[in-house]
Amino acid sequence: MDLLNLTAVELGKKIQAKETNAVEAVQAVLAQIDKMDDTIHSYVTVDKEGAMERAQKVQKQIEEGVISGPLAGVPVAIKDNMCTEGILTTCSSKILENFYPTYTAEAVLNLEKAGAIVVGKTNMDEFAMGSTTETSAYGVTRNPWNTEHVPGGSSGGSCTAVSANECFFALGSDTGGSIRQPSSFCGVAGIKPTYGTVSRYGLIAYGSSLDQIGPVAKDVTDCATILETIASYDKKDSTSYKRDSYDFTSALVDDVKGMKIGIPKGYFGEGLDKEVSDAVMAAAKELEKKGAILEEFDLGLIDYAIPAYYVIADAEASSNLARFDGVKYGYRAEDYNGLHNMYKKTRSEGFGAEVKRRIMLGSFVLSSGYYDAYYLKALRTKALIKQEFDKAFSKYDMILGPAAPTTAPKIGSSLSDPIKMYLGDIYTISVNLAGLPGISVPCGVDSKGLPIGVQLIGDCFQEKKILRAAYAFEQTRSYQSPFDK
Amino acid sequence: MSKEYETVIGLEVHVELATKTKIFCSCSTAFGGAPNTHTCPVCTGMPGSLPVLNKQVVEYAIAVGLATNCTITKNGKFDRKNYFYPDNPQNYQISQLYLPICRNGKVEIETEQGKKAIGIHEIHMEEDAGKLVHDEWGDCSLVDFNRSGVPLIEIVSEPDMRSADEVIAYLEKLRLIIQYLGASDCKLNEGSMRADVNLSVREVGATEFGTRTEMKNLNSFKAIARAIEAERERQIDLLESGEEVIQETRRWDDTKEYSYAMRSKEDAQDYRYFPDPDLVPIIISDEWLEEIKSRQPELRDEKMARYAKEYELPEYDISVITSSKHMADIFEKTVEICHSAKKVSNWLMVETMRLLKEHDMEAEDIKFSPENLAKLVALTDAKAINSTVAKEVFEHVFEEDIDPEKYVEEHGLKTVNDEGALRSTIEKIVEANPQSVEDYRNGKKKAIGFLVGQTMKEMKGKADPGMVNQILTEILEK
Repeated sequence: MDLLNLTAVELGKKIQAKETNAVEAVQAVLAQIDKMDDTIHSYVTVDKEGAMERAQKVQKQIEEGVISGPLAGVPVAIKDNMCTEGILTTCSSKILENFYPTYTAEAVLNLEKAGAIVVGKTNMDEFAMGSTTETSAYGVTRNPWNTEHVPGGSSGGSCTAVSANECFFALGSDTGGSIRQPSSFCGVAGIKPTYGTVSRYGLIAYGSSLDQIGPVAKDVTDCATILETIASYDKKDSTSYKRDSYDFTSALVDDVKGMKIGIPKGYFGEGLDKEVSDAVMAAAKELEKKGAILEEFDLGLIDYAIPAYYVIADAEASSNLARFDGVKYGYRAEDYNGLHNMYKKTRSEGFGAEVKRRIMLGSFVLSSGYYDAYYLKALRTKALIKQEFDKAFSKYDMILGPAAPTTAPKIGSSLSDPIKMYLGDIYTISVNLAGLPGISVPCGVDSKGLPIGVQLIGDCFQEKKILRAAYAFEQTRSYQSPFDK
Repeated sequence: MSKEYETVIGLEVHVELATKTKIFCSCSTAFGGAPNTHTCPVCTGMPGSLPVLNKQVVEYAIAVGLATNCTITKNGKFDRKNYFYPDNPQNYQISQLYLPICRNGKVEIETEQGKKAIGIHEIHMEEDAGKLVHDEWGDCSLVDFNRSGVPLIEIVSEPDMRSADEVIAYLEKLRLIIQYLGASDCKLNEGSMRADVNLSVREVGATEFGTRTEMKNLNSFKAIARAIEAERERQIDLLESGEEVIQETRRWDDTKEYSYAMRSKEDAQDYRYFPDPDLVPIIISDEWLEEIKSRQPELRDEKMARYAKEYELPEYDISVITSSKHMADIFEKTVEICHSAKKVSNWLMVETMRLLKEHDMEAEDIKFSPENLAKLVALTDAKAINSTVAKEVFEHVFEEDIDPEKYVEEHGLKTVNDEGALRSTIEKIVEANPQSVEDYRNGKKKAIGFLVGQTMKEMKGKADPGMVNQILTEILEK
């Protein structure tokens, strides 16, 4: 149990110091999965044999001095929408129930090069569409803090795996909050980098213009270290951006003196749970005590973010998911009559209700006669939202707010009212529309004992600022695990 | 009184670009290959794969746009055209709708009616689809993605053409421009150039266009001409009998010389075009545009003017030789070696064209090298072989690109220039044909032809006909 309580970076150091090794770490994780996963169900696939083989190989390379990075030998869980060569990759959908990719996603390759060991693929909302990890075709994932509650989503499995010590860190993907919201619900840290920072090559697309891969971990140090490993300029991804520097760990300094933090008044209005509000404001005060300057301001167009997001993301999804047709890979309906009937039956049977809803919505907003009124207008709104953030960042180093309006809801209470569920994304979605980096770090628990996260939003390519503030805040409290109770 | 009708035609021409690799991945565009061997996750639409634009495609498209007087779109985009079909692995085609790379161009054509400008509405870039292979025995169809992702440009004309002649002239013009640019080989029969014909008819003098149809599956200029004629008649028949032309896509069957409806406008799909979020805007900087401009090769019109000046060839020769960039290249290289422009031109214009026709080949298929043609010209110049032998040797040059010097040597085809040997043969012939000799001496000068022929036969064609004539005349006049 001792080993499992370590962060990824702490484990990496112990492996380098020969106090433990990759094989032991993987064994510990696999044992924990055996113990926990029947209840939590973080994983769709656990690759026990493969993980053990990789651990032995990596350990040998560590001993030979071939690899020596901070993540060498550290077990990692990958969200099931990232391609892993030869390992089942389902997007938690029936339509990919038998899909074994022929290649590995660039971000995962970067981790493997650094010696991290993939132990399995984590559960998610089907095709990352959802905020609860209840829309998976392979069953719901439960929040380790209270198994009656959802873990959030869509990267729910990645967040529960970290929270329940079923891995040392995980990769998630964030299209409208899918890393930050479940991180907040599960009491872990998760960062969505600036759009273009981590290659999307091999990430099965939901909303291509919004999707970003990012780390989920126990603390900010891990987040920065993982981001430094997975971020890269990738020629295979046209939207990949060549950054001046891929150093993030030098931001881990406990000093926020003089940093200007804007707090949008609109984020603290109606719909925000009082306990969440109090915890987030308390976190802001901690930063103020350390010398940061807090200032409330009006962030414009907040109300337009959700409709713009659902138009853009669903439009892109309706096209991105067209390739799942039963022709080339994945599920194909058993009985069909001709090509079009095969398409129809395969997609009707292979996709879940939420995915179908979004494909229909997306197809509608792109259809002839509606394109200008919906899609084009949403793109304009997106540009205006970016301008609002630009204005804010001309005054502030970062923006602070909640990651979600509430703590984790009970399982079964969300899906019946999709509009309400969509509104829960209010604090995270505009960050994706503007392509900005955002991090959620734990800042307390509510009266039900469920974690609360505070979100820090930075300007494009200013990950280091939010990492530094998050790190400074983290020094004011100790990591809480669901097992501490 | 029957009405007079005018045909209105616009063309959509697809051209496969001659890039080595595909438009959005680095797979080979080579024709053929075992099914699904020129493929990768990108061109087979694997989940998570992403397109990366091949810069060469943009350069070719711009080159064609510049050569057809288009405005180049400096800030363009790719859009997704969404439709389900198994030859299209993503179930969307990456194409351009909103901001095509080239717009508002024109080319000048010439027909018997004179010169005319045909407007080009736009040129856009897109990816080709894979190929479906239907298994006749099994109950399945297979997909070969080797062609998936091969770059295409689609050249959309304005509805400016009024006859099949104009259509053919326009297509020839496009083909020559594109071949000269090296952007494609433009072979209709192999599908590297494909034309869809949009056609409507209206009464002469009408200002509104009639309802148009789109004709597909036209694989040769002849098929295009036949399809235009048939479709014009079909539409006129409909109108004359009081029916309406339905806006639809039709497929031409050239063996039956008949077209049938594929789909009507009502079945037309909503392609739900939107900008492809996986690709970044295509920004054409002034520098880049200038660079492409500076690299534009000499086009046909410029070449024709130069040939007239530099080689002093007749206009007809020039038009034949420059009707193919490949042939013009052979011409220039051959002349560079042997310095006999008119002679090289004759070989290309006469014998080459004859053999191409005989073998049902296009000028682009010419295989022989300038070196070997130059050697042949040199052999005739030196009178080492006579023209009959030269034609025979050229057939081998044309077919197998043989070395004429070696061939002539090996087959003993050198002209006999030894006057003594020739004279004794001729004396023998004269002796053996007293009747012809007498005819000649009696004033039937034509009789000499028979004697020349007999001599050539005896010499197995290797005698210099001039010399034979000279010696014969000498003997007969004695």
